[in-house]
Amino acid sequence: MNIPVRHTAAATRLSIVDCDIHPAFRKPSDLYPFMEARWREHMTTFGEHLRQGLSGQLQWPRMMAAGMRVDAFPEEGPPGSDLELMRRQHLDANGVEYGMLMQLSKGGMEERNLEFAAALSHAINEWQLETFVKPEPRLRAGIVVPQEDAAFAVKEIEHRATDKSFAQIIISPRSSDPLGHRRYWPIFEAAERCNLPIGLHVQGFSGGHASTSSGWPTYYMEEHYAATTGMQNTVTSLVFEGVFERFPKLKIVLIEGGFAWAPSLSWRMDKHWERMRAETPHVKRPPSEYIREHVWFTTQPIEEPENPQHLAEVIEWLGWDRLMFSTDYPHWDFDHPQHVFKFAMTETQKAQVFRDNARALYNLP
Amino acid sequence: MKVPFKGAIDCDLHPAMPSAVALLPYLDEYWRDQLVDRHIDRYPFTLTSYPPNAPLSARPDWRQASGQPAGDLEAIRRQALEPFGTSLAICNVLHGAVALFNEDMAMALCQAVNDWVAKELLDREPRLRASILVPLHNPQLAVAEIERLADDKRFVQVLLFAMNEMLLGRRIYWPIYAAAEKHGLAIGIHAGSTYRHAPMASGWPAHRVEDYVAQSAAFESQLLSFLAEGVFQKFTALRLVLIESGFTWLPNLLWRTSKGWRGMRAETPWIDRPPAEIVREHVRVTLQPVDAPEGDAKTLMQTLEHIGSDRMLLFSTDYPHWQFEGEDVLPDGLPPELVKRILTDNALETYPRLRQGAQIGDNRHTQKEAVR
Repeated sequence: MNIPVRHTAAATRLSIVDCDIHPAFRKPSDLYPFMEARWREHMTTFGEHLRQGLSGQLQWPRMMAAGMRVDAFPEEGPPGSDLELMRRQHLDANGVEYGMLMQLSKGGMEERNLEFAAALSHAINEWQLETFVKPEPRLRAGIVVPQEDAAFAVKEIEHRATDKSFAQIIISPRSSDPLGHRRYWPIFEAAERCNLPIGLHVQGFSGGHASTSSGWPTYYMEEHYAATTGMQNTVTSLVFEGVFERFPKLKIVLIEGGFAWAPSLSWRMDKHWERMRAETPHVKRPPSEYIREHVWFTTQPIEEPENPQHLAEVIEWLGWDRLMFSTDYPHWDFDHPQHVFKFAMTETQKAQVFRDNARALYNLP
Repeated sequence: MKVPFKGAIDCDLHPAMPSAVALLPYLDEYWRDQLVDRHIDRYPFTLTSYPPNAPLSARPDWRQASGQPAGDLEAIRRQALEPFGTSLAICNVLHGAVALFNEDMAMALCQAVNDWVAKELLDREPRLRASILVPLHNPQLAVAEIERLADDKRFVQVLLFAMNEMLLGRRIYWPIYAAAEKHGLAIGIHAGSTYRHAPMASGWPAHRVEDYVAQSAAFESQLLSFLAEGVFQKFTALRLVLIESGFTWLPNLLWRTSKGWRGMRAETPWIDRPPAEIVREHVRVTLQPVDAPEGDAKTLMQTLEHIGSDRMLLFSTDYPHWQFEGEDVLPDGLPPELVKRILTDNALETYPRLRQGAQIGDNRHTQKEAVR
């Protein structure tokens, strides 16, 4: 394959915002200082109550090192748990100006016991602050809340909203009902009121439904892909439930869910909305317009067409102002800022994708 | 644009399903009694995926003053065959037998529907071909039905639906693919759901239009399943046709699966080359619905270039479903060579049975028309 010459020097100089960095605990008891005794005991005795058969292993074991970069293991604890290594290996080495933390486990998003979920959510948010954001001002936390308990979620969001250490709200796109359903609207209302985007990162744990509409896939290759079909489902629900009509300032960020599907999904939604619009009169404009205005996408894992230029055409359709660079550090399928785009970009496009879109969206100084 | 020459092969046409009463003569005594005694014959086997009065399910000008859209041969000829110069059309009768839980009843009804199709449609209109409806619940029964009809070359395909109890690549279904390959039948997956699972990974959406939009993601999941399980390595002559799936989502799938395979191939070592190549060789997609910006030929042509194959698209009207207006069944801006491939060549390559006894339009005439 012919790969056009890239301006690596320019990419090196450009400071970047990484919209997907995964912190980790050294050990689960790292959370204990932020939990009441009652929930510490609950966590030890009963643990998390998930909607799947395996608890100690991933249902689809990853292809290498439990899904981690093998060079990202610190001397103690899992990758992402050692701030010093994260600084040296990623933040400093790759010129990261800001990094958005994406805490996926133990935030209560997939927990069936909603009281426990609330305790986890509160603890994980405190833990992010104390362990990462206070010692490292380049990092920004997400307010992780259990979407299935909207009343608690709103309280936790309001509690954190004025703290600039938190840049967004994190809920699961693998919700128990499609995310546009009214039971989640209080969360959207709080997000709009507090002027915080909602980050939806692909999730390994289900909210009670199979990851495909024909049940559970066999292989990780399929489950990995299903993250993108699930994201399409979520966008479809948000649009057709009228969420963006009701909350015109709401901003949604789709993280690690791909983006090359978005233009064709928009076209499909427009076409069938037109035909079926009597069913959803509350959707007043073509779906593509809501997506163009309200939805942002992160880059990793970047799509790789045989002809790299095809991806540039897709980004034209998507909008250069809606795509934000991410690495997924320290996960195995990390995208490196110097190698991620295999086609030539203008300086403006580079600045937008690597830095400015995220700066503007997250109100970064 | 309109179809520029005669001889098109329509790979997705929906005659109205027969009423349960109409099927009684095609059932044995036991099932006749069952349907009558239990009043099953008084209600239609409508699939939830296609609400009869919804705009999607029939174009307004194809609805009839009395009777169902596409409910009689005269309407099919006048509305679906003549206007597009169709030489052959593959009938996909969307019958709810497939959604029953009782696999014996499903089998009896699938058999009855197939026999009804042969007698009421294929015997009376030589341009029609059909897909075989099978009970997917039990692959042994499905294979038995394929074997029962295999000698009738007017059946060209086995009909499955996009959303099922299990993903279709799973090895429990392989006897169906073995039978299809043996008899030169394509496997067709049509939009629609038996609702064994929620249509979305996050559950049950509120609106019909969301269910329909979600069909394309269901097709993606099915393709991933066929690829990951190694169906095409096992059945090297098998052709898989995605029907009423849309096709503009294909580039993303080709790119993502080929990249994913590079990182994850150790898990599925039987996948011996990039999935994009496998898909381009084995998978075909019907034309309608064209999920692209209306009247934007440039974007559509870019998308077709991203797909990277002129062999994949098969002409379809999706009659009587409402996907386009008037006779403008082809999107604007397609080059003549591609139009010809879509209208006839690709279908002939996909369905070997179509060559048997088919009246295909005069080729020299066809080419002259195409370059015009």
